[in-house]
Amino acid sequence: MPKDGGIGASTKRREDIRFLTGKGRYTDDINLRGQAYAYFLRSEVAHGRINHIDTKTAAAMPGVLTILTGDDFVAMGGNPAGWLIHSRNGDPMKEPKRPVLAHGKVRHVGDAYAVVIAETYQQARDAAACIDADITDLPAVVDMARALSDSTNLVHDEIGTNQCFDWGWIEDNRAAVDAAFATAPHITTLQLINNRLTPNAMEPRASLGDFDPGTGDYKLYTTSQNPHLHRLLIAAFVMGMPENKLTVIAPDVGGGFGSKIYHYGEEAAVLQAAKLLNRPVKWVAERSESFLSDAHGRDHVTKIELATTKDGEFLALRTETMANVGAYLSNFSTATPTFLHGTVMAGPYKTPLIYVNVKTVFTNTAPVDAYRGAGRPEATYSLERVIDKCARELGIDQAEIRRKNLLTPDQFPYQTPVGLVYDTGNYQATLDKLTDIADLAGFEARRATSAKNGKLRGLGLSTWVEACGIAPSNLVGVLGARVGLFDAATVRVNATGNISVMTGAHSHGQGHETVFAQIVADRLGIPAESVDIVHGDTSKIPFGMGSYGSRSLSVAGSAMTKAVDKIIAKGKKIAAHMLEASENDIEFKDGSFSVAGTDKAKTFGEIAFSAYVPHNYPLETLEPGLEETAFYDPANFTYPAGAYACEVELDPDTGHVTIASFACADDFGNVMNPMIVNGQVHGGVGQGIGQALLENTTYDENGQLLTGSFMDYAMPRASDVPYYTVDHSCNTPCTHNPLGAKGCGEAGAIGSPPAVVNAVIDALHRAGHSHVTHIDMPVSPARVWAAMNQA
Amino acid sequence: MQLIDQRDIAADVATVWAAILDPDVLMACVPGCEFMTGTADTGFEAVVVQKVGPVKARFTGVVTLSDMVKHQSLRIAGEGKGGPAGFAKGGANVTLTPTESGTRLAYEVEANVGGKLAQLGSRIIDGFAKKMADEFFTRFQTAVEGEPEEVAAPEEKKKGWLKRLVS
Repeated sequence: MPKDGGIGASTKRREDIRFLTGKGRYTDDINLRGQAYAYFLRSEVAHGRINHIDTKTAAAMPGVLTILTGDDFVAMGGNPAGWLIHSRNGDPMKEPKRPVLAHGKVRHVGDAYAVVIAETYQQARDAAACIDADITDLPAVVDMARALSDSTNLVHDEIGTNQCFDWGWIEDNRAAVDAAFATAPHITTLQLINNRLTPNAMEPRASLGDFDPGTGDYKLYTTSQNPHLHRLLIAAFVMGMPENKLTVIAPDVGGGFGSKIYHYGEEAAVLQAAKLLNRPVKWVAERSESFLSDAHGRDHVTKIELATTKDGEFLALRTETMANVGAYLSNFSTATPTFLHGTVMAGPYKTPLIYVNVKTVFTNTAPVDAYRGAGRPEATYSLERVIDKCARELGIDQAEIRRKNLLTPDQFPYQTPVGLVYDTGNYQATLDKLTDIADLAGFEARRATSAKNGKLRGLGLSTWVEACGIAPSNLVGVLGARVGLFDAATVRVNATGNISVMTGAHSHGQGHETVFAQIVADRLGIPAESVDIVHGDTSKIPFGMGSYGSRSLSVAGSAMTKAVDKIIAKGKKIAAHMLEASENDIEFKDGSFSVAGTDKAKTFGEIAFSAYVPHNYPLETLEPGLEETAFYDPANFTYPAGAYACEVELDPDTGHVTIASFACADDFGNVMNPMIVNGQVHGGVGQGIGQALLENTTYDENGQLLTGSFMDYAMPRASDVPYYTVDHSCNTPCTHNPLGAKGCGEAGAIGSPPAVVNAVIDALHRAGHSHVTHIDMPVSPARVWAAMNQA
Repeated sequence: MQLIDQRDIAADVATVWAAILDPDVLMACVPGCEFMTGTADTGFEAVVVQKVGPVKARFTGVVTLSDMVKHQSLRIAGEGKGGPAGFAKGGANVTLTPTESGTRLAYEVEANVGGKLAQLGSRIIDGFAKKMADEFFTRFQTAVEGEPEEVAAPEEKKKGWLKRLVS
């Protein structure tokens, strides 16, 4: 058993004490002297030409300090896309400017075109209602297919098209894939939609901008998953200031799920207003604004084809996808449908030939970007659904067809046909474990019981692999990334032996403060409570890239491990001097430096003290102090994988689907804190069930958001999710990072949607509704009932 | 949303046509209309107070009459801004056909909303628009025909019955 507080212990989350007792400190909890408030005026039409904005009446309203419009930001740069993608023909993607505030045109409902700063929020909001904007309504581009075929109605006139790029992956595979399809004994085709989702973090976005006229320094408190990335984007690209003049602080952040990776215009606007007014300016989004202006997720329309032998052996796979990017390119919106989607289309299978085509489309809707899983849920859903359909067409058991095509342990490392090298995995083991924990053998008996109660029971499976901890920087640079994807940590050992660890990762609910302390404590053999984790403040932490894409543990955790190893190496030098031994003879174990084969030893605390009070210290060869920084750039992605089983009960009278059970057998590599991993899987599967059964962001044909509140956007509630059976004992540690860890943050949201939908189709087939080959998500009662009752 | 309906009015086409162009009739027929000014030629300015689901707002806007073919057809279009509540706009293509008993008034209505109205009230917009159109044309019918007798008659009877009870 692991030592309590060390690696592998289910240490309770230390941050929960402050969260559960109301002591968390979120952006809106921070109030600065003289603070004013911002209200953003947002477009009510999806597409319109701004002719004139009359702010005179509004400016004279009580408490109003200033009103800024798009005109006030024309000199600033645009908010850039983080990845440059090239089309199949070699052309670079179309990259229209994304200004701080809409200028010239408004391009989606919720596109902010003016901001009022006033003494109180209510005054700002009242004044905004008196702004008279002359905006000519233009026809909205909402449907992706129509957006591509109609070149007369453009979201961005200056680029001459609504297509951002037409990407082929891998273009060299195309001919061979087409040839395989031409001669394939069996082809399964499926058209499907990865439904659009709204992230709905519990804490809405918020920003507080501050400017010090004495030093010229800006400070931004904001809801960010990656404060250094925000600093880089705001300073270098948008506002044009030296990075060292801007501090970005992301204090406690209440959930992100991707939506807080990105820089949004509101952040630059409050900084600019703070400078102009010489007063701090705060903005906190209302829930309605979150629905309208947070980057949404998914929104793919896909045709997927699977070529197989008559026995169900996969020969080739081909997909054509339209991916919505919305009205502007959000920071990772071009990477999500491409390198986070096309590259995992092999899944855990040995399909030899794969070609992926993605066309990204501008529409008059909110920007679409990475949302928990980011491209990988879209790929996994398409793949696991077409495999399920194929199995039914060929009359092969759904577990059997997967087992037949899974990569085998002897095939690792495995070069996929879509560009990745899987370092390690054992997909049979997780499927075997799932068979056991989900009691697949007992399904028929449970189905009979459900039938007695008048319910149709179905079983759905999903075997999946994801690529996370995106890296290495030199490779992603070739693929179009405009940032590095390393991370960094500084381990500062204080004179009295306690430790502050400054990390580039950012926790917004994941439990980093607990887990990172476990890692450092375990490696140093000291109690976890003597380690503090510092994150979220660019003035304190080393340059890191934040938390998204299940990267914190495998990348930032590895940087931390490297920094601790440097501490140990220096500690050995100090110990060698103090113990009058050769450095090579010093062993470090359980918090003690000792001379091998003797009882001569110094504790970690004694070494730390000596480093800061260097009276007996090798000053001529060694600097005093005990603080080390390490940067870590991974050699490869990590490849978590798993096998999921979902059982549903379907009411044939209403079409209502209930999740009866859900089991997950995951391989996350080495697990640091099993309890936190369970929580991550529970949350991810909950979000996947939300996508599969409930959630759907819907715009009408005029681009009005119809799901603009929780009255119309159905989030999963406790009664919608089952008791989860979660296992992560079948692990194949990552081979290229020091922790052997793979990442677990997105897994649940990736593996679960196809398991749910496969289970619904299974229930219908077992009840004789074999004409139902597919139902798009969300699988609502109305859709199920209609599918059952169609001819 | 779109809806198509018709109703028979006991008045000749010329009377119905004149009523449609009369601002006083129009004001009396638009539900929630607080104020209306203007002419059929130049268009009308109007202030209308309405509650759509959870959103109550005062809409200021314009009503225009166009595509006028005398005694036959025209288009009534309106657009109102409700401040923070959003906007509503819609139109009705109206055709008049003479019948034995008077005039058949047929209409096709389309309505759109935006802003908070669309965000918070989208579920109820269709029902709301239908109710508004029904009310408009019912009031219009009443304005042209006078109080319908068949409605008044049972009212009388009811009164008689009530009177009998209390007396």
